[in-house]
Amino acid sequence: MSVAVPSPSTSTARTAAVAQPGIELRKVRKSFGETVAVDEVSLVVGRGEFLTLLGPSGCGKTTTLRMIGGFELPTSGEIAIDGETMNHRPPHRRPVNTVFQNYALFPHLTVAGNVAYGLEMAGVAKAERQRRVADALEMVRLPGVENRRPSELSGGQQQRVALARALVNRPAVLLLDEPLGALDLKLRKAMQVELKQLNRAVGATFVYVTHDQEEALAMSDRIAVMSAGRVLQLGTPEEIYESPRNRFVADFIGQTNLLPVEVVAIEGDRARVRVSGGQILTCRTTAGAPVAGPATLAVRPERLHLRSELGETGGLAWNHLEGTLAETIYLGTHTQWVVELPDGVSIVVHRQNRGPAERGESLGPGEPIAVVIDPDAATLLAE
Amino acid sequence: MVAPLAILLVHAFWSVDYLTIQRSFMLENFRTLLTSDLYGRVLGRSVAIAAVVTLIDIVLAFPVAYFLAKKVRRHREVLLLLVVFPLWSSYLVRVFAWKTILGTSGILNTFLLWTGVIEVPVSAFLYSKTAMIITFCQVWLPFMILPLYTVIDRMPNALLEASADLGATGRQTFWKVILPLSLPGLLAGSLSVFSLTLGDYITPTLLGGPGDQMIGRLVADSFGMSNNWPLGAALVLPVLLIVSILIWGAGRFGALGRTAS
Repeated sequence: MSVAVPSPSTSTARTAAVAQPGIELRKVRKSFGETVAVDEVSLVVGRGEFLTLLGPSGCGKTTTLRMIGGFELPTSGEIAIDGETMNHRPPHRRPVNTVFQNYALFPHLTVAGNVAYGLEMAGVAKAERQRRVADALEMVRLPGVENRRPSELSGGQQQRVALARALVNRPAVLLLDEPLGALDLKLRKAMQVELKQLNRAVGATFVYVTHDQEEALAMSDRIAVMSAGRVLQLGTPEEIYESPRNRFVADFIGQTNLLPVEVVAIEGDRARVRVSGGQILTCRTTAGAPVAGPATLAVRPERLHLRSELGETGGLAWNHLEGTLAETIYLGTHTQWVVELPDGVSIVVHRQNRGPAERGESLGPGEPIAVVIDPDAATLLAE
Repeated sequence: MVAPLAILLVHAFWSVDYLTIQRSFMLENFRTLLTSDLYGRVLGRSVAIAAVVTLIDIVLAFPVAYFLAKKVRRHREVLLLLVVFPLWSSYLVRVFAWKTILGTSGILNTFLLWTGVIEVPVSAFLYSKTAMIITFCQVWLPFMILPLYTVIDRMPNALLEASADLGATGRQTFWKVILPLSLPGLLAGSLSVFSLTLGDYITPTLLGGPGDQMIGRLVADSFGMSNNWPLGAALVLPVLLIVSILIWGAGRFGALGRTAS
């Protein structure tokens, strides 16, 4: 696995997944006039892997996808699929099919006509075409709609037709451009599971573009977090979430406390840092993180504890920050505690709601409280 | 809207007695139309010319409309304006312009003489069906380009990309996606060009030869020179009928397309 930025040691276990490269991007760059949409992106997607390009709008994820599909040509760099260079191959000659953002179903054709389109272009005989169309619709669990028009179907059904239309051609690579964006939340969740299952069932390499981090975490084998045309971090959902390498990734994926700190000492992968109020903490450091001077500490709200929770047996109470309770917000599945440190920085702590007994903490705003931090859950970021 | 048509219809069943119109119901005019083969021949020729002009304009307008809608990024308004621009000048002026181009000492002949393609000026350019068709094609072209531009402009790019993505070449995409989805614009443009050509009498008068009369010219003559309004009215009816049937047919087709899509 190679990325623009060196991989952290924790990801070596995953290298096996990329043994057979399905898609290779080598220093791919795309500029539109003055603006650089994609800036020297290099990444390898394993055959059959589910890779998500995740980032805010304008980060270059869609342009990257469109270059793999052949709808945009890279300004420089190389794109290869199954070892073959694709740079100058037009879309209709690539072993790639796309599920477009708004499905792009042909309004003048029936569902069967839409799904059969690619087969027809490939010169597949009519009998086999009909069989494969039926199979494909079966696969996306939408049998019996062959003779309907796309406009007669619901958004979710159109989505499935678009999937069938792409997968019926048995592409080596399936590109998905925010395909679930137009669906409601429940349907989206259901489709996430189905897409993952389809990926395993058909064995094609899936490249999925989204700005929805939850979607990315739920489906992907690996996620490439993009910003301003670059891949900032490439890793499994767990790596991305638990060990964000920089501030952008930490902030973009989920909720994170970002504390300004000063590095005091480094011992192996542990660092001693001074939080701006003067209190000292132990945390984990990552490749590329500062070894001295100012830095940013990232820690997830659900990985923090409040002192009283741990009691005598916690064993971590030595690594804590003293502060005062600013407020508690009840959020159903969890309660959010906002603790203010002496210098005015606040830390958010999530406590799982496991019933009235644990919820019944009767602290009021302004009362002193300590936040206990597991050194493994707090990561020093490379800027 | 209805009143002039009603007056026309009534006139068709009257007749002319020297200078006054006999206001009594009779089918004399229609008998004239059916017995004299002149009218049938002229009508047939008019329909044929209108059909040829429509076809040529479709072929000419499609690339222009596609280019304007899908390929031009900047200055699109300017180019669209250029398409409409000729309509700002009088139709007569444009027909006369073709006269100066196609005439014996016109621009075309001068150019061909200069390049040596011909040695004697060709008079056949002017006063011929060819001259009429060229002129019709040019003056009605905007009426074909604009509706085509509208439908192609509204066609999502993703549909064209999806077609390429599914393995279609540019040509296949044209026949399988672009053309079917352009049909409403194609129909609207064709109806305009066909009707405008069918009813026209100025171009045949100015640029047509002796054997190139079109139905519009006969109608104009009946109302004007021969002062036979009833016959003119009767002559208009088949034209109206043809155009009405076409519009009705296009409407049916369009409705079909809508329920289908």
